[in-house]
Amino acid sequence: MAEDVSNTEDMISPIVTAYPREKRYILAMMQDVQKKYNYLPKEALKMIAKHAEVPFSQTYSMATFYKAFSLIPKGRYNIRVCDGTACHIKGSAVLIDQIYNNLGIKPGETTEDKVFSLETVNCLGACAIAPVVMVNDTVHAKVTSSGILKIIEKYRGDAGDEDV
Amino acid sequence: MKMYSNEGRQILVCCGTGCQANGSLQVFDAIQEQIQSLDDVEVKTFAKSTGCNGWCEQGPLVKILPDDITYCQVKVDDVPAIIDKTIKNNEVIERLLYRNPASKKRVKSPHLELDFYQKQKKIALRNIGEIDPASIEDYIDRDGYKALEKAFSMSAEQIITEVTKSGLRGRGGGGFPAGLKWQSCAKQSSTPHYIICNGDEGDPGAFMDRSIMEGDPHTVIEGMVICALATGASNGFIYVRDEYALALKNLNLALIDARKRSFLGENIMGQGFAFDIEVVRGGGAFVCGEETALIASIEGKIGEPRDKYVFPAEKGLWGQPTVINNVETWANIPVIINEGADKFASIGTENSKGTKVFSLVGKVVNTGLVEVPMGTTLREIIFAIGGGILKGRQFKAVQTGGPSGGCIPAELLDLPVDFDTLKEVGSMMGSGGLIVMDERTCMVEVARYYLNFLAGESCGKCVPCREGIRHMQEILTRICEGKGQISDLELLEEIAETVKIAALCGLGKTAANPVLSTLRYFRDEYLAHIEEHRCPAGVCRDLTEFYIDKEKCTGCGICIKNCPVDAIYGEKKEAHTINVEKCIACGSCIDTCRFDAVRIR
Repeated sequence: MAEDVSNTEDMISPIVTAYPREKRYILAMMQDVQKKYNYLPKEALKMIAKHAEVPFSQTYSMATFYKAFSLIPKGRYNIRVCDGTACHIKGSAVLIDQIYNNLGIKPGETTEDKVFSLETVNCLGACAIAPVVMVNDTVHAKVTSSGILKIIEKYRGDAGDEDV
Repeated sequence: MKMYSNEGRQILVCCGTGCQANGSLQVFDAIQEQIQSLDDVEVKTFAKSTGCNGWCEQGPLVKILPDDITYCQVKVDDVPAIIDKTIKNNEVIERLLYRNPASKKRVKSPHLELDFYQKQKKIALRNIGEIDPASIEDYIDRDGYKALEKAFSMSAEQIITEVTKSGLRGRGGGGFPAGLKWQSCAKQSSTPHYIICNGDEGDPGAFMDRSIMEGDPHTVIEGMVICALATGASNGFIYVRDEYALALKNLNLALIDARKRSFLGENIMGQGFAFDIEVVRGGGAFVCGEETALIASIEGKIGEPRDKYVFPAEKGLWGQPTVINNVETWANIPVIINEGADKFASIGTENSKGTKVFSLVGKVVNTGLVEVPMGTTLREIIFAIGGGILKGRQFKAVQTGGPSGGCIPAELLDLPVDFDTLKEVGSMMGSGGLIVMDERTCMVEVARYYLNFLAGESCGKCVPCREGIRHMQEILTRICEGKGQISDLELLEEIAETVKIAALCGLGKTAANPVLSTLRYFRDEYLAHIEEHRCPAGVCRDLTEFYIDKEKCTGCGICIKNCPVDAIYGEKKEAHTINVEKCIACGSCIDTCRFDAVRIR
């Protein structure tokens, strides 16, 4: 879940300074920040650049090059549909369409209420139980076109419960 | 050292990603909890979680030793029965045993009785499913670090000669002889030297490296230390995809344990040799599987490859001589040193020695990881080990080598698989994904899928790859939408050949393979899309219309239940009808119908 970034610097600083001031740790710093916030705030990229003594343009180019990073905040539930070959031939494209029909989001997008985000991943390495959908850290195996709707409903219910 | 082997019963719970998704961690916890209260049983019982057994289809798997009973698809509710009956009273629970669909008999010890295991030969996967990856003792019990001990009694040249003699070729895709790489690095005078393990397994449909890193991390470490000894390297790096959480956890734990036992560190095994390894988390870019891109990524840059007029063995990480091999290659090293090059070289074909791990996935009955000698035929892998095609459908093609590989048709099923034969038929070994496709797989769409993938993963550095792939992707998309023209095929071939010749790195050079191989073997499908506006497999939505064969439909209602858009109607026990206006052509009806009543127009 995305956290409040109003006092970002205080929050990010310990993550960044845990690493030596070397260029080769930039990727690791970014990953730690991404894990905590589910995205890379601009402030973080600036701080990492400063810490590793490289221009801001370099951290920005890395953040946009590597697939693991997002520059925009993600929803509470990040749905990752595996679109590896095994999942693909077992119907992952249908799942992506179903999510679009149901939530109105395409890969890379987040619902307006910030509850769901959708992304596709190349391969989760769980090909034997294809097609696979991960919601945050939970793996859902052999998901069908009607099964995905039930999964969405379940998390929508959970989100509703938390709001009460 | 604690020895597990003779102390009592062991319950092994497979906790690979496949089994975990089916709840094996909960099963493991339940077993752990319930054996605590077993003080009235004479023999001591241990439970341990293991890496992936490979037989993911039947997970979660629970194996009991020394009885040698394997229970399949175990649920938490089954645990009390396992404890009461099997552990306390030595009874076998029939209903949890695998039922062989051919003989209809229940199988107690699948690895002795089933072709799925019997036809395999495990070298790289030798420990997986047998040991607890979190326990260095388990690894040592199975001859772990013995090869390293032996390596210390050999000279650097002897180690390299042994690896060269074994004929081991890199398992990551290219198939470059490992011994040559080592030798080339060892003779460089510039120090330090580095060792890299490429664990950036990016090929969609391949997961053997993940399984090895998760299930047997010490074998990778041991292989790397042996190489360090032979090449005089001081530091090693394991580059792992950040998505592989369990692999990262187990590797880091293994590194700590190896240091504690001085298999790593300042003074390895008291021999005065220093070498250490650190784990680097990848950023999720497919191109980083290419070695020069991976090196750039470790250095803290964006992962762009460079031209390889100088190999990494001469100038690699930070410009220093570097040996880079992939996970499965490293896993073979301890066995080669322990058992000798000759034994390893006796397995396999003339130019491809040893075994290869394949991830057998797609439309096949037994999905999972299989390790077979090089030269085993595709038919043997897919039909004898894999159990044939799901639902008795027709085999259409098998895709090897990920996005760099090609699709191999039915007439080549008797092809003995090795590095060279696959190349000859227009595909490649790649990291070892074998994706089985049946009549419900559209080959044009498969080509489009790979090009889509590559378009997203091309780093953009060189024009042939960046632009060539994008244009091929556009053409293929057009054909899938029914807007293709016959001249498109020629254009596709022309672009494909150009990209193949002119691209900078392996990603681009091989990007045309999915297109060229499908055009070569499945041209009729392209023609059906272009000339008849029809997708024979019923996959391309714009060209597909499903209908129900009234003669065959029994009115069972299963398609109605599974249709996500309520497009099917009809009374029970009467033939159903599909409302084409509502139908989204997702195919759930055709995939669930047991009477072959759903047809493609």
